[in-house]
Amino acid sequence: MTPNEALPLAVLASSLLPGLLIFALPEERVGLRTTLNLLGAVAKVVLIAALLAGVAAGEEYGFRYRVLPGLDLVFRADALALLFVSLSALLWFFTTLYAIGYLESGPHRSRFFGFFSLCVTSTMGIAMAGNLFTFFVFYELLTLSTFPLVAHRGTPQAMRGATVYLAYTLLGGTVLLTGIVWLHSLAGHTDFAQGGFLGVLAAHHDATLRIIFVLLIAGVGVKAALVPLHGWLPQAMVAPAPVSALLHAVAVVKAGAFGVVRIVYEVYGVEFAQALGLLLPLAVIAAITIVWGSLRALFQDDLKKRLAFSTVSQVAYIVLGVALFGPVGTIGGLVHLVHQGIMKITLFFCAGNYAETLGIHKVSQMDGAGRRMPLTSLAFTVAALGMMGAPFTAGAVSKAWLADGARTAGMDWAVWVLSVSSLLNAAYFLPIAWRSWMRPGPRVWPQEHIAARGWRETPWLLLLPPLVTALATLLFGVFAHAAWSPLSWAQLIAQREYVP
Amino acid sequence: MSTGMLFALVGALLFTMGAAGVALPGAPLRRIVAFNVMGSGALLVLVGLAQRGGGVDPVPQAMVLTGIVVAVAATALALALARRLGAPGARAASGDDD
Amino acid sequence: MTDPLPWLVVLPLAWASVAFLLGPGRGAVLAAFGVALQCALAFELAARVQAAGALRYAVGGWGSPLGIDWYVDGLAVLMLGLTQVVALPLLLYARSYFGHAGAAGRYFWPLAGFLIGGMNALFVSADLFNLYVTLEIVGLAAVGLVAAGGGAAQLAAALRYLFATLLGSGAFLLGVALIYGACGTVSIELLGPLLAGEAPRAVYVAVVLMSVGLFLKTALFPFHYWLPPAHGGAAVPVSALLSALVIKASFYLLLRLWLDIFAPLVQPLAWLPAVLGSAAILWGSWQAVRAEHLKLLVAWSTVAQIGYLFLAFPLLATQAAALDAVVFQTVSHALAKAAMFAATGVVIHVTGNDTVAGVAGVAQRLPLTLFAFALAGVTLMGLPPSGGFLAKWLLIDAALAEGAWPLVLVVLLGGLLAAWYVFRVLRQAFLLAPPTEVAVRAPRLMEWSALLLAAASVALGVRGIELARLIAPVGAS
Repeated sequence: MTPNEALPLAVLASSLLPGLLIFALPEERVGLRTTLNLLGAVAKVVLIAALLAGVAAGEEYGFRYRVLPGLDLVFRADALALLFVSLSALLWFFTTLYAIGYLESGPHRSRFFGFFSLCVTSTMGIAMAGNLFTFFVFYELLTLSTFPLVAHRGTPQAMRGATVYLAYTLLGGTVLLTGIVWLHSLAGHTDFAQGGFLGVLAAHHDATLRIIFVLLIAGVGVKAALVPLHGWLPQAMVAPAPVSALLHAVAVVKAGAFGVVRIVYEVYGVEFAQALGLLLPLAVIAAITIVWGSLRALFQDDLKKRLAFSTVSQVAYIVLGVALFGPVGTIGGLVHLVHQGIMKITLFFCAGNYAETLGIHKVSQMDGAGRRMPLTSLAFTVAALGMMGAPFTAGAVSKAWLADGARTAGMDWAVWVLSVSSLLNAAYFLPIAWRSWMRPGPRVWPQEHIAARGWRETPWLLLLPPLVTALATLLFGVFAHAAWSPLSWAQLIAQREYVP
Repeated sequence: MSTGMLFALVGALLFTMGAAGVALPGAPLRRIVAFNVMGSGALLVLVGLAQRGGGVDPVPQAMVLTGIVVAVAATALALALARRLGAPGARAASGDDD
Repeated sequence: MTDPLPWLVVLPLAWASVAFLLGPGRGAVLAAFGVALQCALAFELAARVQAAGALRYAVGGWGSPLGIDWYVDGLAVLMLGLTQVVALPLLLYARSYFGHAGAAGRYFWPLAGFLIGGMNALFVSADLFNLYVTLEIVGLAAVGLVAAGGGAAQLAAALRYLFATLLGSGAFLLGVALIYGACGTVSIELLGPLLAGEAPRAVYVAVVLMSVGLFLKTALFPFHYWLPPAHGGAAVPVSALLSALVIKASFYLLLRLWLDIFAPLVQPLAWLPAVLGSAAILWGSWQAVRAEHLKLLVAWSTVAQIGYLFLAFPLLATQAAALDAVVFQTVSHALAKAAMFAATGVVIHVTGNDTVAGVAGVAQRLPLTLFAFALAGVTLMGLPPSGGFLAKWLLIDAALAEGAWPLVLVVLLGGLLAAWYVFRVLRQAFLLAPPTEVAVRAPRLMEWSALLLAAASVALGVRGIELARLIAPVGAS
């Protein structure tokens, strides 16, 4: 095995092995468990840094393993994979820190962190999958490893949320499997290729390929929470905050959105998908999802539910970017994959801090929270501004590229959708910021678990992650054109996808 | 019609009757007897059809002998089970009649 | 090393007899050593078959027609290997299980030996009459195992099972008699060319009789009525052996006949098993979804999973992947079902409650066992990465190539229903349970053997290529 084959596997192993070890640890070995967790997370970041440097220099990383004749597990760390891999690895690191702080005294931590690591491993597998078969294997592994996380609390309410989640994702997986096997039996393989691999079948199978496209998109659309397949997302809010953060920003919805990207660009090829007339309907669905998610978010009083519907809306931006025929929209969609992750995870960290420190679960309880928890509220506000697309934030960059993409693609209506969505974003985020900063706080917080100690409004493990990600939101906005920014990387990908 | 064919037809009839007896609900003993009728029917078919050639064929004879042994074993097991099921206090039964 | 094949049949019969002579409840260690040795022998045989192709033996040098012939090809050696590999952890499990269960284990060891010996002989027999005899040995040993040490309900289930299995082998015997009458031989090798051309009408009757008899023994819907009480009521190691292996023995025989000598005759009938299999999947899964008792749930799941084995029958003639699908389903179900019964046994042993509702809190008390149950469930649902997933993939692939959409839908629907009944248990297990005072410790050996089997069923999804290679010559012929 050459180093270029081993490196993608090492990325998988850096979370799989700690995960398996953690399962075996007794509950009280906190130190060892934390060490394993952090060791894995740091190792992963280092490995991925090596991959990034290599791919930028034009190296190819891949590994192929034969499961059955004609059926291979393929891992490939190309530029697109690395976009998702590095996002996940970085956010995993911070989420691990946060989760260690969050679950300090909770029960079943070995189980939690074990599945947590498996969940990240599955995400890495999805990102680096080199064909649809591999993609599906890890897509379903992700479902299986997130179920115990959503169900973690073991309350009847948690079970209900987890069951809804499971019902949606397993149905989605079934539909996806149908599409993949069908494609496999038509094309003989499912290996991703730049510019797609279905063009050769074009002449005879147009209708079939359209049906398969619908099956595939419906399959990944469940995890990407495209309307009307989004019903599980608000239900899964019963999970502990780090899990919600992970589900919404990194793992599950991104896996779905990433699947859309792979299917459109590397299975069908964007020209071929356009020729089949598949991109416009996809764009329309994305637009409906954007508006519908924002509208629903407007009427949620529960903070996490409001964020959940906001996710529904924001992830559809990525899909919209993909569906806009042309490199500019592609760049917008891809860069939003990263930016949305950073901003949304900040919001969930903060929501978790409010709930954990003060017992605040609802928007209507947010009055005065800014004075009691200024750092958390600062991070929250920055991320919320980013979501709206305020200047100097990462959100502004992605929205600008998306709008440009829509205009160059001649889909001016999409620009309107984006503007309406931005207005709605402002309408549901600004009141929260307003309440937390401007309104006086109540005399007694709903449930104050953690007292403030000096500037530390809450334990530093809970404070540090949102501050770092909020800072990243600003940095990615201000230095969007720097050499290693997500935007530059997205441009590199778009260049490779469109200029074969 | 040759004698062999006659045997075979009677065997088929016996098998059908026996099979019905085994399949339909009834007292265990009745079904065990029906099983024996069924088995004899099948063996009769075996012997009957094999006689068409004229001379004596040793292979079916050997098969029938083996078949009878198997049927005896099965009957013994069935009887043991039926007896235990019928015994008072079947739950505590710990006989050594397997 | 001498020829492994005769020992695979002789060894289990030998240790079973010694165990019987040792007296009630004795012989566990002997059995474990015996099966461990059989495992090694089976692998050795597999290596030889792979190197030299199918092997033929004349037992005792007599040869047919009066002597017994054995024939071992890839499929046979696969079943031999599977049987020993599943039996070994189950026997270790049983040793621990019957250590607690007293009377139930009195005759387990000799009967298990006769069962395994009978199955091994069945897999290699090369003539129809011997197949009948081995089928009866397996059936009688299985009934004995179900009945051993049980109460009235269990005896009734055993008796019901006995009548079903006798009826099945009776039909098989009549079929053998008709074929002998028509063709003058029962050797599978000699029958091949005789049945290939214009076969006499009696042969068609025989084919139907033998197939129905084997359907009955394999518990294919609607002949499944005897299975849930028998498998749901027996002692746990017995249920595991029966669900994992015994029904596979009669299925193997059916597959063998339909692939080989019956192939020219059954083409018009090939859709029948698939239709019955579909009904089995839907009905069995639905009953599992509704089952109150844990072991009944697992037993109904067996009824459903058997259905998958039959779905591929209409595709066998044209699609090479169909046979692969059947083999993967056979192997992965055997491993997963053994694991699931084993895990269920641990749960019942520790909680003292055999209802689905009683599983609450098991996630905290028995994480290892629950993990085994979940892994086995992954295979049964056909989710990746598992042997069950590969089986499902191959089956859908083959069905799509034939344009057989109804089969695809049944496979997918069956997977969802399986997820329903598996997660019914899992979500119950995750619920917080009221704390209990009595702390029964789970025996380590039982927990680990369940996990080992479950892990093997999942690992098959990653290293399945050897299996495909082993049966490749059969598919080609």
